[in-house]
Amino acid sequence: MKILVCISKTPDTTAKIAFTSNNTKFDAAGVQWIINPYDEWYSLVRAIELKEADASTIIHLVNVGLADVEPIIRKALALGGDEAIRVNTDSHDSFYVASQIAAIVKQGAYDLVFTGKETIDYNGSAIGGMLAELLELPYISLATKFDLAGSKATVSREIEGGEEICEVELPVVVSCAKGVAEQRIPNMRGIMAARTKPLKVVEPVAADVLTNVQSFGLPPAKAGVKLVAPDNVDELARLLREEAKMI
Amino acid sequence: MVLVFIDVAEGHVKKASFEVLTYGAKLAEQLSTTAEGIVLGSVTEDLSALGKYGVKKIYQVNNETLDHFDSQVYTNVIAQVAQATGARVIVFSNNVDGKAVAPRVSARLKAGLVSGAVGLPDTSNGFVVKKNVFSGKAFANISLTTEIKIISLSPNAYKIEETVGSAEVVPFNANVPSSKTKVTAVNKVSGEVPLTEAEIVVSAGRGMKGPENWGIVEDLAHALHAALACSRPVADAHWRPHNEHVGQTGIAIAPNLYIAIGISGAIQHLAGVNRSKVIVVINKDPEAPFFKAADYGIVGDAFEVVPKLTEAIKKIRGAA
Repeated sequence: MKILVCISKTPDTTAKIAFTSNNTKFDAAGVQWIINPYDEWYSLVRAIELKEADASTIIHLVNVGLADVEPIIRKALALGGDEAIRVNTDSHDSFYVASQIAAIVKQGAYDLVFTGKETIDYNGSAIGGMLAELLELPYISLATKFDLAGSKATVSREIEGGEEICEVELPVVVSCAKGVAEQRIPNMRGIMAARTKPLKVVEPVAADVLTNVQSFGLPPAKAGVKLVAPDNVDELARLLREEAKMI
Repeated sequence: MVLVFIDVAEGHVKKASFEVLTYGAKLAEQLSTTAEGIVLGSVTEDLSALGKYGVKKIYQVNNETLDHFDSQVYTNVIAQVAQATGARVIVFSNNVDGKAVAPRVSARLKAGLVSGAVGLPDTSNGFVVKKNVFSGKAFANISLTTEIKIISLSPNAYKIEETVGSAEVVPFNANVPSSKTKVTAVNKVSGEVPLTEAEIVVSAGRGMKGPENWGIVEDLAHALHAALACSRPVADAHWRPHNEHVGQTGIAIAPNLYIAIGISGAIQHLAGVNRSKVIVVINKDPEAPFFKAADYGIVGDAFEVVPKLTEAIKKIRGAA
């Protein structure tokens, strides 16, 4: 059983978002970088749990990025995983990244590929689906539960107003959302072990870039809160009806 | 031609589909072309009535394999229809099904994808689509130059418009591959408005002190025909079910009106709700960070304010 966990680097949840170069580039000054939370908390931890249940399981991590991602990859390895692969290129766009990961999956003959449900920077939710299509594999998105019995996976996925449970034979690509696993904190042994785990660097394959970011912007600031006194609740109802036209 | 994917659940057309149909029709008008729809599987409703959202023609692929959602099978069939009909733009809702299918179709057709679009493209110089990034803290303008373009529209980002019109329903004979996934159960919370589709959401947090106090929150939601939501600590403590948890780790929503009761407004919570059009915050702590993101607020005790608000809304709605 071989699992590939896709890891992305994102700005910390609380990072201040700003742009430079005439609003065409993310301003990385002073930004703390983290493992994309969905990749870390859900897909990586679930992969580790599967290895704990079956020690013969092999977990590889993959990231598409330049050398500056390596501290993030080591952090992920501190949680678990046997080795990591970094595809040495800028990430460009979703299709380009998915094409790189597809090449890794084909070479490594993985049975299971995990992604997070989306990254918290581009919020594209696209890599898993593109990857599955490039590999001609089934894809279960927004998984909230993932169980394995032999080569059969039972997955719950989020649907509007509920959940759907389905069965699928491996190999499969799954995007993980809340519920699949619980966040873990790396321990000292893991951090020490991560230093010597293999981190392979491979060069990218030729792939298309289908989209380009032309510019970024910030939403207009809120006008400020209009406070209503707690003994004048009728006034709030009136404002919601007459001013906001919401009720 | 602009091809719009009409998403269906258990034979019913989802509300998100009305949004993408309206959006697709407006986009077709902008590009001086026509908008057509595609629906997979059987539908119990009259599809020709969807013409009121501006589509002229709807292709229906009827095959029982398609009555269950499978992103791989759906992608295969949508690509066949898109190629046979010469679609130039394909529009999806960025809902749960759209998030699974749109990226696959993008990869299959090598068509650039903008997921989570919030408006019509700017076609004055190229084809540029605005979308939210950084969990709603910023937006990006994405340029698409591929021959076929795919837009996946954020739910509740585009206003549904109805006119008069009827669509021609055309059966499409596609080659439907067998599905590799088997749906074994669907568990739905019956009778409730799905959170992602709700126009009004009433949400409560730790300030409610315990699950036994949710009655007043439910009463308010009921008076507003609103969906219920909660903050992460509330879901983690099992006061409320996980499918009500909104925020960065839970569900991201963008209703017209979001009422937050006893929620302090941590940045992770805001990331899931900051695209709401109007935010009302009720909290007894005047320093709660949520007030900075709110449009209206009451600094006061939820146990006193919420029942009064319910009464005020009943009165004002009853009078209308």
